[in-house]
Amino acid sequence: MNKTINQKAWYFVIPVFVLVAFNAAIPLMTVVNYSFQETFGNNVFAWEGTRWFKQILLSERFHASLGRQFAFTFIILLIQIPLGIAIALTMPKKGWGVPICLILMSMPLLIPWNVVGAMWNIFALPDIGFLGHSLNAIGFDYNFTQQPGDAWFTTILMDVWHWTSLVVLLSYAGLNSIQPAYYQAAEIDGASRWATFRYIELPKMKKVLTLAILLRFMDSFMIYTEPFVLTGGGPGNTTAFLSIDLVKMALGQFDLGPAAAMSLIYFFIVLLVCWVFYNLMMKNEAQS
Amino acid sequence: MKKYKWLVPTLYIIFLMLPIYWLINMSFKTTTEIINTYSLWPQKFTIENYVKIFTDSTWYMGYINSITYTVFNTVISVAAALPAAYAFSRYKFLGDKHLFFWLLTNRMAPPAVFALPFFQFYSSVNLFDTHIAVALSHCLFNIPLAVWILEGFMSAVPKELDETAYVDGYSFGRFFFKIFVPTIAAGIGITMFFCFMFSWVELLLAKTLTATAAKPIAATMTRTASTSGYELGLLAAAGTLTIIPGAIVIYFVKNYIAKGFAMGRV
Repeated sequence: MNKTINQKAWYFVIPVFVLVAFNAAIPLMTVVNYSFQETFGNNVFAWEGTRWFKQILLSERFHASLGRQFAFTFIILLIQIPLGIAIALTMPKKGWGVPICLILMSMPLLIPWNVVGAMWNIFALPDIGFLGHSLNAIGFDYNFTQQPGDAWFTTILMDVWHWTSLVVLLSYAGLNSIQPAYYQAAEIDGASRWATFRYIELPKMKKVLTLAILLRFMDSFMIYTEPFVLTGGGPGNTTAFLSIDLVKMALGQFDLGPAAAMSLIYFFIVLLVCWVFYNLMMKNEAQS
Repeated sequence: MKKYKWLVPTLYIIFLMLPIYWLINMSFKTTTEIINTYSLWPQKFTIENYVKIFTDSTWYMGYINSITYTVFNTVISVAAALPAAYAFSRYKFLGDKHLFFWLLTNRMAPPAVFALPFFQFYSSVNLFDTHIAVALSHCLFNIPLAVWILEGFMSAVPKELDETAYVDGYSFGRFFFKIFVPTIAAGIGITMFFCFMFSWVELLLAKTLTATAAKPIAATMTRTASTSGYELGLLAAAGTLTIIPGAIVIYFVKNYIAKGFAMGRV
């Protein structure tokens, strides 16, 4: 759509601008403030320069939690995106199955995050949980509260349970926007199932898939509540992802300086990746 | 191969329903039964856990608090986002693209980064432990989202609609509320759904900003679990009840969900 230039449009944006600035800018300034100073309580500050940033960037603890975070996000994307596409492709396109699928699949998205954690906790406990009990019954030595591997497996399975539906819904919406004529053309050309997917469905889903990857990247990179309730970051620190580590540092140990520096580095990484994605998305939109 | 296609979504739904079933199963058991016996369904069926929740004010007030701030937040977010989304979809103005990206960055900000500053900030303006504080703090991620979705819906409405209305002598206000808002009613519904959803499921900020008067149900659950040594039956019943508002909302918007995701670019 060709838009008219109108500077007065700013008046329309003012409420949003004020509300978000009120919420984002002021707290962010507090974080910046802490990241360069040492606090002694009672509003007494001493300038520390970039010390906290150096300390965080060089600390093994940060490297470890950053590494865990990237590993987790990478595995999540690797499982959820293909799985989500596969389910969307096999979902019914019309009839009574559609509302049932949509309602049941949306359920996990609307459960408060700590309830998700608590639910998976009692579901996976080796003595009273269905998953834990069944796995032990068929001969696996499974205990997510003690074995790091099991803790990772459970956390990933929980996230797949929680968020794959988002990818499904997005892909399904993308698939539904394809005109039947494309499929008829493919049939006339004698295209294989794979070719139809590769040359018709996948390109048409490009936009929603970029969005799905972006959303899943952001949310899995910020994950806090679910693993906190499920494993508490344990056993040891093996499932302490960035947010968990950060909250531990800020509210648990009250190391405000390093925690603030870590917040900014953390935010910067998320921002950088999202900026790249955002530009990709806008380029896609400009093309179509 | 085509014949077995239904298997994939069916298995997926079974996988989704299993933990939910387990939670509901637990909620009808007594805590002693949960700890001592393993069974696929309650041996001694009890609704005691639910009775406790509905008669104890610390429990049911949690639900009222959660619903209150969620509704506040949904109303504030959509009301503020409507004019802004209109501006983004119809006009070019100084800094519009930067502003749009800046808004989105707030959707990307990890709540863990903001938890402590939020606590200090809302305490200093005497809003700590109020519903409005939680509602306002959730605007951080819900307003960008609302603007994003609404802008998508509004851009799909041809500009000729606006122009015809002005030619017919409508003032901007009358056009906006009498013609434009009804045209994008479905979009507004979807936006409200997403705002409700993200405000309802968020816990970190809601917990940080409240103590007693506005404590969300989710926080009540974690605290009870840690102080009185895991009252599992009660926890399961409270968890089951938190699923219900979401399920009701999904039922009403089921036809718009997939469409809203696609059109609104969410």
